[in-house]
Amino acid sequence: MPDGRLRYIDEAGQQHDQVMPVRAFPISSPGKGFSLLSADGHELLWIDSLADLPEGERELIDTALTGREFMPEIKRLLSVSGFVTPCTWAVETDRGETRFVLKGEEDIRRLNAHTLLIADNQGIHYLLRNLNGLDRQSRKLLDRFL
Amino acid sequence: MEYCTLVGRITEISCLVNLPIRAQAPIDDAAFAPSHPARPAPIEQDEQLIASIESDLDARLRYAAGEVVLTNRRILARAASGPWASWPIAASSALTLSDHAGVGHLELSTDEGLQAVWHFTLGMLPAAQRLLESFEALRRGAPMQSGTTAVRCDRCGADIPDEAEECPRCEAETGTAPSTWTLFRLWRFAQPYRGQLLLGLILTIASTAATLVPPYLTMPLMDEVLIPYQNGKPIDTGLVTLLLSGLLAAALIAWSLGWARTYILALVSERIGADLRTSTYDHLMKLSLQYFGGKRTGDLIARIGNETDRICLFLSLHLLDFLTDVLMIAMTAAILISIDPWLALVTLTPLPVIVWMIHLVRDRLRHGFEKVDRIWGEVTNVLADTIPGIRVVKAFAQESRESGRFREANEHNLAINDRVNRVWALFSPTVTLMTEIGLLVVWAFGIWLVSKDQVSVGVLTAFLAYIGRFYTRLDSMSRIVSFTQKAAAGAKRIFDILDHVSSVPESSQPVRVGPIRGRIELRNVGFRYGSRSVASGINLTIEPGEMIGLVGHSGSGKSTLVNLICRFYDVTEGAILVDGIDIRSLALADYRRNIGLVLQEPFLFFGTIADNIAYGRPDASREEIIAAARAAHAHEFILRLPHGYDSLVGERGQALSGGERQRISIARALLIDPRLLILDEATSSVDTQTETEIQKALDNLVRGRTTIAIAHRLSTLRQADRLVVLDRGRVVEQGPHDALMQHEGHYYRLYQAQLRNVDTEDPPPWPVAAQGGRISTHN
Repeated sequence: MPDGRLRYIDEAGQQHDQVMPVRAFPISSPGKGFSLLSADGHELLWIDSLADLPEGERELIDTALTGREFMPEIKRLLSVSGFVTPCTWAVETDRGETRFVLKGEEDIRRLNAHTLLIADNQGIHYLLRNLNGLDRQSRKLLDRFL
Repeated sequence: MEYCTLVGRITEISCLVNLPIRAQAPIDDAAFAPSHPARPAPIEQDEQLIASIESDLDARLRYAAGEVVLTNRRILARAASGPWASWPIAASSALTLSDHAGVGHLELSTDEGLQAVWHFTLGMLPAAQRLLESFEALRRGAPMQSGTTAVRCDRCGADIPDEAEECPRCEAETGTAPSTWTLFRLWRFAQPYRGQLLLGLILTIASTAATLVPPYLTMPLMDEVLIPYQNGKPIDTGLVTLLLSGLLAAALIAWSLGWARTYILALVSERIGADLRTSTYDHLMKLSLQYFGGKRTGDLIARIGNETDRICLFLSLHLLDFLTDVLMIAMTAAILISIDPWLALVTLTPLPVIVWMIHLVRDRLRHGFEKVDRIWGEVTNVLADTIPGIRVVKAFAQESRESGRFREANEHNLAINDRVNRVWALFSPTVTLMTEIGLLVVWAFGIWLVSKDQVSVGVLTAFLAYIGRFYTRLDSMSRIVSFTQKAAAGAKRIFDILDHVSSVPESSQPVRVGPIRGRIELRNVGFRYGSRSVASGINLTIEPGEMIGLVGHSGSGKSTLVNLICRFYDVTEGAILVDGIDIRSLALADYRRNIGLVLQEPFLFFGTIADNIAYGRPDASREEIIAAARAAHAHEFILRLPHGYDSLVGERGQALSGGERQRISIARALLIDPRLLILDEATSSVDTQTETEIQKALDNLVRGRTTIAIAHRLSTLRQADRLVVLDRGRVVEQGPHDALMQHEGHYYRLYQAQLRNVDTEDPPPWPVAAQGGRISTHN
């Protein structure tokens, strides 16, 4: 794993190298439900909540997750190159500003009434968590695609 | 179920190498002074830059510019505008590249452990791959060859053909957005009907001119007949007869010309619409599976059906009306000015105001109509989702939920339409109001002019008659805005399909092949679906006539591999060669003609059984069809059907069992006598009894052909010459059954698991615990 590899030693004392923590519901419930997968993709441990873990382990998993998960959350739409697809969007995300190419309107998917998942031409997913929380300008731009 | 409880022990075993980049062994201190962003990498005189990438993410995966540079002696890197760090290649033991969920990671380690990790978005991956290759070549001490390799694309890493300037694949991907004037692109379809269109245009001009004659004749009627009569003169019967017959003639001519032009233009527009539908469908058929995977059926059906219809209607009706209106306005204006320039000026004043209004509302309406279109697609999508899945809906008693879903989509549709209609509803009455006001102005100014004896009463009447028509035309003209917008939105959606370039493009100079020998070679094949890598580093050679069994868990990449070999998708890395030729350079249809495909769920088209068997070779004779059916062990059951080979099957047709359908699809594959046979879970949806029958049919099919079989039931792969075991997109083992059993690896475990599953249906318990074990990091 990128940020140092995680090692997990189970109750039986068996050592698993390069284990991988994943969230079960990264979008709908990112704070609950974690699983520790072995290098070959088998579940080693189910963790209901990180709060159940001791401090040190929690931090390790947290670090590993932030180093691996990549789903920028769009906070603001800065501009779009046009209202017909494909077009380039400039957005402000929780990970800084970036630009991406939207291939077609069908790449904007509605997860529920207020959440959108937008996939760019490289298959990276951007999350728009709260439609109503957007500023006027962003809403106006986005509205043309919905 | 019993849960394992795990005892937790928490310690950190080894240190986490923390990032960002840490300088390790600077070669030249002076070169590593903090540099500003524009400063290039500090490369020395005798050093040679080999590859570089932009690492556009930092350690916490936030967007931040960085750079990694490979020279012939060292790796240099920096984050944002920070100082350069460097590691000599000699001391670096390994560079590894991995990617997950759209982020690539490049790790550098030395004997002392992990030194640095750079992160970047997927777009940089090909560049990173090249950097990695160059690094490994340098480590091996191989001289960096330059100029011998083909030109490669910076973005996707694919080879760029000599004749193309940019990478054709990337060009297709980012391509510029289609212009708003999409409707003009319809000219491509109108061009074959130039002659008729011109005739239609001439007729339009003539018929419009004819309709403008009557108001002109009111002028002499008023000034030379009615007003003199009021002043005491008798009516000139001859003049009245002349004028009235003129009016009648004008009306008759206008009627016949109007009929001719409407008929001709409607004829042309129907043809344009039909051509548009046909080309869209033709193009759709050529698109790759990837395109169909990403689209919903309802949406595609709506596009080809409704949108072409809407465009057709627009061309035949609305555009024609609009053209007539414009001509009418131009001609009226000319006539008015020729009669009295001042009164004409006043009459025409409201025109710019109305044009401005039309322009104003235009934009809002267009977005509105685009929205309405999309929403309509949503409604049909619900239908397309539910109707094929009706068995599941009913089985889980979710009818009311699906009704709710439909109602919701419908209500959404209603809400959007309401919003559009609010603007739209305001539009027409406003135009009418303008018309009334315009008439009022003309009356006032006209009366004033008459009182000054500037114009005669006849002229004023003619003016009023003209602008009466004039303004009503403006009213209908304003409607063209919405129709144009609707048609443009429709045209855009059609051209969306037409502009889509197949992701498995036909080579520009395809190699034509007849029957192939059937030697297949996969060279370092990788495939990525979106940001998910589903296959990587697959090397496999299949000899002609060999039977290969693909084995692995579901999701291990078996079907992907088959899809790649059939070229339903193109590999993202590496190459697939058939008889030594890259399949991307083969003519697609030639190549596929060599492939026989038997799927898990055989698809039968609506038609007779004979038609279905001859699907791949419509020219096959009856004898050939029967021979294929016999070989597929389908002949007898077909004869037992009431209409034999002429029985109708497919949707709305004769119901056949899974095994029967499967044997028809085997006959279909047999008939084209393919060199390469692909069996994708051909027997997994039927019971053991049927399986034996199908197996017998398959035995006939497999004989002498290169065969790739996927089977979940390992027992069905007994005859395979070689088994290839896949796990998470990689080949993990290969060899004959016995050898693999002896090896006691992946295959052994799969086999054992299947044996066990027959005995016990209990799944093994999995560990569930919040506390337990020990999590730590290590290098």
